[in-house]
Formats: sequence, structure tokens, C-alpha cells
Amino acid sequence: MKWIASVLFAALALSLPFFMGDFYINLASQILIAAIFALSLNLLVGFGGMTSLGHASYLGVAAYISALLTSRYGFDHGTAALISILGTVAMAAFFGVIALRATGLGFLMITLALSQVLWGLAYRMSNVTNGDNGIAGLTRPAPFGLSLESAASFYWFALIVTVIAFAMMAIFVSSSFGSSLKGVRDQSRRMAALGFNPWMIRWITFIYAGFWGGIAGLLYVYYNKYIHPTSLSTTSSAEALLGVIAGGSGTLSGPAVGAALVLLLKNYASAYIERWNMLLGLVFLFIVLVMPTGIVPGLHKLVAHFRGRSS
Amino acid sequence: MTALLSAYALEVIGLNKAFGGLRVTQGVSLSIRPGERRLIIGPNGAGKTTLFNQISGDMRPNSGQIKLFGEDVTTFAPYARAHRGLSRTYQIITLFAGDTLEHNVTLGLLGLLPSRWQMWRPLSSYRDLAIAARRTLDTVGLLHLADHPVSDIAYGEKRRVELAMAMAQKPRVLLLDEPLAGLSNSERATVKSLIASIPKQTTVIMIEHDMDTALDLAETVTLLNYGRVIVDGERDKVIADERTREVYLGA
Repeated sequence: MKWIASVLFAALALSLPFFMGDFYINLASQILIAAIFALSLNLLVGFGGMTSLGHASYLGVAAYISALLTSRYGFDHGTAALISILGTVAMAAFFGVIALRATGLGFLMITLALSQVLWGLAYRMSNVTNGDNGIAGLTRPAPFGLSLESAASFYWFALIVTVIAFAMMAIFVSSSFGSSLKGVRDQSRRMAALGFNPWMIRWITFIYAGFWGGIAGLLYVYYNKYIHPTSLSTTSSAEALLGVIAGGSGTLSGPAVGAALVLLLKNYASAYIERWNMLLGLVFLFIVLVMPTGIVPGLHKLVAHFRGRSS
Repeated sequence: MTALLSAYALEVIGLNKAFGGLRVTQGVSLSIRPGERRLIIGPNGAGKTTLFNQISGDMRPNSGQIKLFGEDVTTFAPYARAHRGLSRTYQIITLFAGDTLEHNVTLGLLGLLPSRWQMWRPLSSYRDLAIAARRTLDTVGLLHLADHPVSDIAYGEKRRVELAMAMAQKPRVLLLDEPLAGLSNSERATVKSLIASIPKQTTVIMIEHDMDTALDLAETVTLLNYGRVIVDGERDKVIADERTREVYLGA
């Protein structure tokens, strides 16, 4: 089933720009960005057992750094991207030291508080961030001289980055380090007795998740050509967390499916219903009740159930 | 230098630990020679597991020293002690329930290897680790269950996986916390012969309530009560001691 789903997905992803209009191609690009973001959060939530409510920090800060460097200080996109990723990673390293003093709910609250600080700064430091007006008039990079201005060209760019991100995170969680991470999630005390350093494992994962959050942030600002403090808000963090949990935390593809669902609901439902958040809440409630482990593990179980019946 | 000169595998010197007003370890000192088989006995609440937790580093003592082969490890984190040759098992089974037996033992092996930091290569591609893990499972008689998740196997088998994870690390000092707890008679015999087969390079310190089985494995015995060492020494002397009888049978 996994195999069939992968082929179907690949066929859809590769053919989409040829039969869909710009609106849908752009929607697909947004889904890809949200998917990278959710996947990076899932490294913490699903594989590390560290539920963060401040992951938007990495998306937002990478986006802001890139936006400021290119629009105000005349940096080229390549250098700006490098600096913003390095800055985001350094921030993740610092935030990790603070947040990992706690686990569980304490960890969640610290990540929330840190992201609120950044959100507040983005709003209030208007001489730097332009405050509530956001930073507009940004440009997209042109890697190897190829323009990303059209919907289709940006989509291909985002797809390539997504495939690389997915592959690298998949390798990460199946590696020795990934096994250590899952071990620390399940039995931290035992892992320490076996010779693993649980704190260091969590910290490195925190930084790695921040790195991919930053990559998602770059794509986000390239796509929108605009950045606003809401990208750093708790709502932004919570939507990603919702996607991770709805899709299936601790699975590889689940968060991407969940992120797509949240984004589609947001885009479609908001056109018809003013209180689209309520609908999102209801859908989430439905998923939690019917498939408590998430959509992807839920579907797996369903398929296994029907297979068991037919044979 | 000190490490080379030390005559002891493990030394505990004047260890104290209190939870609030409850003093669970009171001036405990132990000296255990390399290769020794030491049994630690005492009634419930005597502070046996708390002592183990301090030796393994899960808990910090309030005062006192712990030395591994002459090196003061009192302030070392548990993983640092593991890298110096200390392994332990738990009284309450602490395994990775969703993972296979092979994976559980592999984690035990991986913990001491630099490749535990490797991020770009799947763990499953380390054939040598898988082979070593299966070999250890074979020695505890569980090779046929290697691909089953821990949650599928019986309690007695889980006890043996606990042992296998620690034994796979080829520790210099092995702490066994009630390895026979909750086992049937035949399972006891199996685990007993397993413990007896541990090579002499490994110093074994064991907490156990089942005296009939455990005394056969021990060379020396320490009796703890209310956090204090009551009697300590050669097995037969400790058993014959008046104070042992007092603690176990009441005065």
C-alpha cells in the first residue's frame, strides 16, 4: 500500500503543473512548504518526544533575516540564504540550551515563551522589521540564472527542495542517531545507562529541526515575497503542530499529509465560511476520535483490517 | 595512574543519601575486587536499589565517593560511567517495548560505539552489529525470538533480554537488580546458569531476594538494613552471623 501511495503521489506531484492552473500550482507550492515545516517539527514531536509550540520561530527568523538582508542591505540571495540559515541554526542551538532544561509540558511552555518574545520583537521593533506593515517588495532568487517568478517554476523549485528535505529527514530517523533519538524518547534513563547522552541527542535534534524549519522559512518568504509578524505567531506554530498530530506524529509521511490538510482547509473553507478555524477544529476533533494516532497510521490500520478480512 | 594502582573494581566510600528526612543510604562503604561475585541482601526498603542508582549515576549522593577501578566517578553522568565499563539491569523491566529483541540488544551495543552519532547511514546497514546482537540473544536462548517485538514476549523472556542488553556491552562491572524477580522455578534455573556463565573479567554485583538461588552465585555478601551496611564479607560468614539472622528473622 505504501508503494502504491508513493507512486500515486509522485505521479500527481510530477504532472500537476501540466494540467492545473496557476491557483492550484501555487496552492501545491504552499503545501510543499508547509510539509517541510511540519516534517521538521515532527523530528522533535514524533521522533524526539519533545512537543514544541514555538517552531514558527525558525521559519520566521530565517524569513526575516533573508528579507532584511536582500531588501535593505543589498545582499544577493545566495549569501542572504546562507547567513539566514546559519543565524537560524545558531538561534536553535541557543534556544535548545534554554528549552531542554525541561521536558514535557515545561519544554512546551519554554518554546512557546521564546517564540512569543520573537513575535513581540517583530511587532514592536518597527525600525528594523517594519512592524505590523511587514516587509514587502521582496524578490525571489534565480538559482543558476533560472527565474522562479512563474507559478510552475517556483513549484519545481519547491518540489526539489521538498524531496531533498524528505530524503534527508528519512535517512536521519533511520540512522544510528535516529535510533538513539527514539530510544531516548521511549526510555531516556535506560539509554543513559547504555552509554548514550540523552541531552546531547535532544539538543542536536533540536538544532537539526531548526535547520529545516529555517529552510521552510526561506521558501516561505520566497513564495510570498512578503513577511509579516504573523509568520512568527503561536497560530503559525500551532497549525504545524496540528498538521503533525492529525497526519500522524512519528511517521514519515504523516506530517506532510496533515500539513496539506490544514492548508487546504484554510484555503478552501475560508472562502465559504468566515469561521474556518471552527471547521478546522471540528475536523481535528473527528480525526482524534476516529484515528487517534493520525491519518496515515489510521489508514494503515484500515487497509490491514480489510486485507485481513479478504484473505 | 590511580586507575592502574587500584586493587578494586568498585569502591564506595562513606556514601550518604537522604530523601527529605528519610536517610536511605547512611555511610555505606563497599570494596569489591575485580571478578568478585557480590550479593547484596536486605529487607524491603533497606536501600539496595537506591545504592545501585547512585553507583550507576541515576542519582547523586549527598556525600561520599564512588570509584570505578580507582577513578572517582561520583559526579559522572550515567553514560560516562557506562563508557568506563559499568552496566546495569533494572528491577522493573525497562525495555523498548515496540522494538524487536534484536533492536534492543543492538542499542546496548551501539551505546558504547562512536557510530551512535552517525546520521547518514541506516542502523540496519550495520551487519556486524546485528550479528553481534543475535549472538548475544543466542547465549540467553532467545535467538528464535530475535525479530519479535518485546511487547510480544513473555515476562520471563523479558528478564533475559534485560540481561542480554547488559551482557552485550561486555561490562567490567555489572549491576544486576533482582534478575530473578517474578520468575518461575525453571526460569530461575535458566537465568541462574546464565549468570554463572558470565566470564570472570566481569565483576558482578547482584541484588536478589531469592537466597536459595542467589547464595550459590555469590562469593561475598553485603547485608543492608535501614540504609546501613550491617554485615559484609565472605558468604558463609555473613550467613552464619547473628546479625543476619536478626534482620531476617527478628530478634
